[in-house]
Amino acid sequence: MSASNSDTHAHAHGGNYFEAARGLKSWLITLDHKRIGVMYLFWVIAAFLFGGLLALGVRLELWAPGETIMSADTYNRFFTLHGLVMVFLFIIPGIPAALGNFVLPLQLGAKDVAFPRLNLLSFYIYVVGTCMALYSTIAGGVDTGWTFYTPYSATTGGSVVMMTLSAFILGFSSILTGLNFIVTVHKMRAPGMSWYRMPLLIWALYATSIIQVMATPVLGITLLLLAMERALGIGIFDPALGGDPVLFQHFFWFYSHPAVYIMILPGMGVVSELIATFSRKRIFGYRSIAFSSLAIAIISFLVWGHHMFVSGQSVYAGMIFSFLTFLVAIPSAIKVFNWTATLYQGSISMQTPMIWAFSFLILFTIGGLTGLFLGTLGTDVHLHDTYFVVAHFHYVMMGGTVMAFFGGVHYWWPKIFGRMYNEALAKISAVLVFVGFNVTFFTQFVLGTRGMPRRYYNYLPEFETLHKVSTMGVLIIGLGVTIMVLYLAKSLLSGEKAVANPWGAKTLEWTHAASPPVLHNFDETPVVEEPPYHYPAPGEESRPTKVPA
Amino acid sequence: MSTVVRHEHAHHFESAEQEFSAAKMGMWLFLVTEILLFSGIFVAYTVFKNLYPEMWSEASKQLDWKLGAVNTVVLITSSFTMAMAVRAAQTNERGENKGKIVGLLAATILLAGAFLVVKYFEYSHKLHVGTLPGEHYFFPGIQAANAHIFFGIYFLATGLHGIHVVIGMSILFWVLLRARKGHFYNQYYTPVELGGLYWHLVDLIWIYLFPLLYLV
Ligand SMILES: [Cu+2]
Repeated sequence: MSASNSDTHAHAHGGNYFEAARGLKSWLITLDHKRIGVMYLFWVIAAFLFGGLLALGVRLELWAPGETIMSADTYNRFFTLHGLVMVFLFIIPGIPAALGNFVLPLQLGAKDVAFPRLNLLSFYIYVVGTCMALYSTIAGGVDTGWTFYTPYSATTGGSVVMMTLSAFILGFSSILTGLNFIVTVHKMRAPGMSWYRMPLLIWALYATSIIQVMATPVLGITLLLLAMERALGIGIFDPALGGDPVLFQHFFWFYSHPAVYIMILPGMGVVSELIATFSRKRIFGYRSIAFSSLAIAIISFLVWGHHMFVSGQSVYAGMIFSFLTFLVAIPSAIKVFNWTATLYQGSISMQTPMIWAFSFLILFTIGGLTGLFLGTLGTDVHLHDTYFVVAHFHYVMMGGTVMAFFGGVHYWWPKIFGRMYNEALAKISAVLVFVGFNVTFFTQFVLGTRGMPRRYYNYLPEFETLHKVSTMGVLIIGLGVTIMVLYLAKSLLSGEKAVANPWGAKTLEWTHAASPPVLHNFDETPVVEEPPYHYPAPGEESRPTKVPA
Repeated sequence: MSTVVRHEHAHHFESAEQEFSAAKMGMWLFLVTEILLFSGIFVAYTVFKNLYPEMWSEASKQLDWKLGAVNTVVLITSSFTMAMAVRAAQTNERGENKGKIVGLLAATILLAGAFLVVKYFEYSHKLHVGTLPGEHYFFPGIQAANAHIFFGIYFLATGLHGIHVVIGMSILFWVLLRARKGHFYNQYYTPVELGGLYWHLVDLIWIYLFPLLYLV
């Protein structure tokens, strides 16, 4: 690993990282974390739009009972693929690999992540995994649901092996990114950047990375076992061959429950940044937010059994898992209270990223609290496998992570691309998505409590009105997202040039780097002398916040 | 007269020490993921050993513990030669240890190859008598039901381990080629050290697999 000459040469030009080298090849072999982040960003947004179209297909099919636009088999493939694409191709890499890759080294004051080649490798592994997932949809499709439950997944037709191998491969990408981030946080911090001076996004990404590194290998071996089950009939998960199908669920959720925190923790990190910046206030309870990220990461490994209350695990195991599930809600609640306390008496500016942050606060709180209904043994037996679960999951994952992701995209957009977007349209889009989201999923809480089972193709006539309302909500979301794609595309082509720090933020990527940053991020390595978000304290009004023009 | 190629640290690090400690930490984290990958197999092993204890001990007796023991000795020896290679690189000042590093790495790779040869004989014997995973199982000699599960886990565990041996050999071969060019000396020996760590892990996993599969 020696310094490559082309890098040094490009740096001499002094332009930003887009200008440092030109041409397609310079992108394909780039080791720059910013370019890799940008490539991820386009890829995950494409995955989001694709997954969204699949969701649209599912909802249109459910517009009326019976067959509406597709057969039952196609419907099963649609919702399975929707789940797989959204989870493995969009949400998991969304914030860490796309935004995190770009922002993490900048916020630490580093020139790059610790292992730039590994970073590029993890991107290409992700691309290969994506291609395999797409191939398996063409070659037969998968109708198991995103959870691949055995023994059904071991016996059904379609290209389950290809899809599981795709998720296996994507897991490696996730592991490598996590590993890279952990080492970067430990070893690459700028002078003066002590642990308690790190922005909260870094803490969140650090906690996420720990889960990625610790949980994903277990998913890897699970999917490998499943692939062997299908290819060789080894009989580990198939009761007809002496196997134990519940073992698969244990394996799967041992990864996949921590994985929901892989999905939500980075969102919490982004929201911490947004709330501090747009309230112009020191974040309330910095350390408790930071440590609650780590607490979530640790406890998340101990609660997987709450997915299996009705799967035949012992009653005592159920009680313990239920208790631990309540426990993991505490650090999440700590964060929400601290964010709210930060808002209190802040000078809040309702710019687009902040609207997304508010959406997050409201929706995530609903999603989190309804999680407690499901963590309670008695109510879970009633609500298990109904639309209530679907609604809860989407309030956390879409209402939480996706809102934070878009908040982050709008927040760092000027930094990444050096251009502003149309603020009025952006606000309209954010509000449309918020409204559409609630129309879609609040109805699903109601559907669930009334007994509508999840994943069903057909339903009783009394559910029709609520299903129609839910489908209309998706159309509103679709409108909001379409507007967003259009004004963001316009911003890329002809947006107004962004200044270095349009939001008056306090973290290094805004205070010490240009928009867009130069190839090696900073003209000289920054030296950190104060804690993050060091806005004047209340009563200290004489020291005005500098907001660059 | 210097016969080593001086190492320059990558541009995004401040110093060679920072680069080395980052690389080492990355390797340790990677080893953790490897252990967790295998731990899934160990869990499956425990579950089915408890579910079908008689079948388990009967099936386990079909493995040749002598061949397993030979391979254990082979791998432990290879770990020793590997550790010596790292030591030789660490104490290499002006290239005087180059031959020693290359020789010890070659010995490690050869021992790894010997391990695979023994494994080849074990596998082909099983193919022959039918102690195979899942639906390919046709061995008549075990009375208890579900012995195909034992051999499923056996082949998965040893197969995955075997793949790791092959990967380890490739890494050490790459390290050997670089050692021949004189890249490693007391100021820079990261690839030797990290390749060594990886190789010790491959050995360690076998040291668990051997008693669990062959002796229990
Ligand atoms: Cu869970």
